[in-house]
Amino acid sequence: MSTPTKTPVERPPMTADLAPAGTRKALFSASAIRSYTMVIALVAVWIIFTAITDGIFLEARNFSNLMRQTAVTGILAVGMVMVIIAGHIDLSVGSLVGVTGMCAVLTQATLGWGLVPSLLAGLFLGLVIGALQGSLVAYGKIPSFIVTLGGLLAWRGATKGISEGNTVPIQVVAFKRIGQAYLPATAGWILAAVAIAIILWLTLRRASSRKQHGLVPWSAASIAARIIIPSALILGLVVAFNNYAGVPIPVVILIAVALAGAFITQNTTFGRYLYAIGGNSEAARLSGINLKSHVLATFCILGVLAGISGIIYTARVGAAAPDAGTLLELDAIAACVIGGASLMGGRGTVFGACLGALFMASLDNGMSLKNVPDFIQDIVKGGILVSAVGLDFIGRRRD
Amino acid sequence: MTAATPMLEMVKIGKTFPGVRALDNVTLDLFPGEVHALVGENGAGKSTLMKVLSGVYSHPNYDGEISINGEPRRFRNVHEAEKAGIAIVYQELSLVPEMTVGENIFLGREPRRFGVIDWETLYERASVLMRDLQLDIDPRTKVIELGVGKQQLVEIAKALSHEARILVLDEPTAALTEAEAETLFRILASLRTRGIGMVYISHRLAEVFKLSQRVTVLRDGRTIATHATSDLDEQRVIAMMVGREVSQLFPSIARTSGEVIFEAKNISSEDPNVPGKYLVRDVSFSVRKGEVLGIAGLMGAGRTELLATLFGCYPGRTTSQVFVEGRKVEINNPADAIANGIAFVTEDRKRSGLVLEQTILRNITLAALPKVSGRVVTNEEREVAAGERIFRNLQVRANSLFTIAGTLSGGNQQKVVLGKWLMINPRVLFLDEPTRGIDVGAKQEIYAEIDKLAQAGLAVVMVSSELPEVLGLSDRILVLHEGQITGEFTRANATPEAVMACATGQAVHA
Repeated sequence: MSTPTKTPVERPPMTADLAPAGTRKALFSASAIRSYTMVIALVAVWIIFTAITDGIFLEARNFSNLMRQTAVTGILAVGMVMVIIAGHIDLSVGSLVGVTGMCAVLTQATLGWGLVPSLLAGLFLGLVIGALQGSLVAYGKIPSFIVTLGGLLAWRGATKGISEGNTVPIQVVAFKRIGQAYLPATAGWILAAVAIAIILWLTLRRASSRKQHGLVPWSAASIAARIIIPSALILGLVVAFNNYAGVPIPVVILIAVALAGAFITQNTTFGRYLYAIGGNSEAARLSGINLKSHVLATFCILGVLAGISGIIYTARVGAAAPDAGTLLELDAIAACVIGGASLMGGRGTVFGACLGALFMASLDNGMSLKNVPDFIQDIVKGGILVSAVGLDFIGRRRD
Repeated sequence: MTAATPMLEMVKIGKTFPGVRALDNVTLDLFPGEVHALVGENGAGKSTLMKVLSGVYSHPNYDGEISINGEPRRFRNVHEAEKAGIAIVYQELSLVPEMTVGENIFLGREPRRFGVIDWETLYERASVLMRDLQLDIDPRTKVIELGVGKQQLVEIAKALSHEARILVLDEPTAALTEAEAETLFRILASLRTRGIGMVYISHRLAEVFKLSQRVTVLRDGRTIATHATSDLDEQRVIAMMVGREVSQLFPSIARTSGEVIFEAKNISSEDPNVPGKYLVRDVSFSVRKGEVLGIAGLMGAGRTELLATLFGCYPGRTTSQVFVEGRKVEINNPADAIANGIAFVTEDRKRSGLVLEQTILRNITLAALPKVSGRVVTNEEREVAAGERIFRNLQVRANSLFTIAGTLSGGNQQKVVLGKWLMINPRVLFLDEPTRGIDVGAKQEIYAEIDKLAQAGLAVVMVSSELPEVLGLSDRILVLHEGQITGEFTRANATPEAVMACATGQAVHA
């Protein structure tokens, strides 16, 4: 085998357009196509709703509401998709949203804790429950469906218990702001600028890394596209938000969580191992991967994210209700699945899950604007979930 | 064998898979009461041919014609073939472990009374079947409680219960003890008198010569010849199977071994399902740098269990002492093994070697990810560069590193698995059936690679059921029988007969 020389140009030609195939393959891989389909479906739904609501749907105010409504499900979906990728499921997140929100509010109301300690208490509770459930699954070898089904019941019971069945209003105003406030316009622009700068830096770094390792370098057009498209999207979003009242705080949190989640699943060893564990746990185990610790960690992450969702949810409502978050796990799972995750494990993306959450929230929002009765909304959502996954399966089988 | 018309004729059978002509113009016929042996290397087309016969590959997905008792038949599915009296007993058992023998035998065709399963009749018929075949098995026993050998016999009983007239047996004695094999031969003899025709696929030429009346040799998807068994001898059959001097398949070996790099002492492994029963019993051995140590033995001898124990992935209780480069090491899980430079290419690449739905790149880097990509954050470019090197080195035939592993042929998949393990820079490489289910061309490449690795100083421990492979590649050979070492040979003094004798427990060779 010839030793690599210093000048990349002198390396032997790549395996049958290996590196361009890297780009091309990335653009046309199964999961990429899934994402495109999702985006197209989303845009189609937006167009339809805008049409039938005489343009109200995409007005600045409703757009802002829509995005804010996506936040809770979206954050849950980011955590849920990791659990699903690893081959498991968590049915208890709705109850976790309830119990963590209630915990945060009660520590303020009855124990007099300040804002930060009480929020941390809620997050910590989410972490502890996630660790408990994760341990039972990973080390106790109890199927996750069962453990989290038990959790769904138990933690809902706990929520009702600690609140004695009462809805507890939030007294600390700052808490409510988490769910209801917006970033000042300038802050929005600053964030956008920072984001674009990061995109610029990352893209250029990767381009040089390619040259360094002797892979076929990206063309100028390719680099430009990789920078311009996401940047345009970010700018577009900030413009849309600032047109109303600024970027909603829940959206900022969602984006931060989504970026972190995407980074973890796509760019870390941890994330790579999750896909292997879900894809073939036996092969993963024999490759030296510690299944137990990874599964436990995944449930812990979801627990913390459920805590974050719980805080946002409670903040938006302005009070902690004993039945808060009921059935939210189904929304989260549906979002993941619509976004391309497979309940058998090994497949799915954070980006897809967020799109799925946005899709479901768009349906909710649009149908509410048209005053569609609740029960019809549920039927429609159920039908779309099955169709989306069914079509995906049929498409895959034909390969 | 006095009937004039064959009960089965397969004429000019062809079958193509993407990129591979698995069968080409194959002819086979069978007379009532005949045992017709079908021999050939792995990948010669024997299983494919039988899948065409049994309806797994249905009409019109193959070329040629099948006739039963002179009548052309076109099976659209397995059920139709079964109804025509064809039954196959596969190497991989297809019994439901948690169900009883009786339930398995009549699965899908349970006798019913008023729409409800008639258990009494079911077990009565099952008992009759067991008595008929002189099998000492209670039909109410759960299959999982039987040993592999008995399970195989139940599988045969199940095939026979379909009132089959044509019975195909694929490596039937692979899992049987001597005694169980004798039972089988007795059953086959009695089936002959009933006029049942049998196609007997086996690598064990001794059995072929003992049982069959005719032999058909396949090679690379073609019929090489069909002869009366009495007109043949082992040498001629092997020559026809391989089509060349056996030694040419393997690289001519000019290796010298270095110092002992790996030592295993007093390895014992308990059956996870049966406490007190040991599948590996006090086995000790060592391997040198640059040495290929072949481990021969029959199915069930404990070879895979031995490797699994040494790699830290054995599900039952074990005792072991392992030394790498003279130092005692603790191997409690695969991560420990990998950290000590031990690699393990398992016998079932699809089940435990590859994540089929992911790309070659992701599979190849899976065991060495922290080293090759990054300990926490992955670096795709570094990873691709590393993957590329191995991809080329092993000559994996695929469009690119981003091809999905599940779409590759068996040989290329095996190369990907091998590549994954080479990426950890192992000192010792365990191979379990490295060329199972791989075509002859890829086999040769893998043999050449193993030789190359050994020449570069890697210690290789190779478990294989294919004697030619063990004899052709190994510097030394250990033979396991029922968990114990019954033979140790060098290249020079190993012969197929001697190794086989130790494998079947008939002899012991120090």
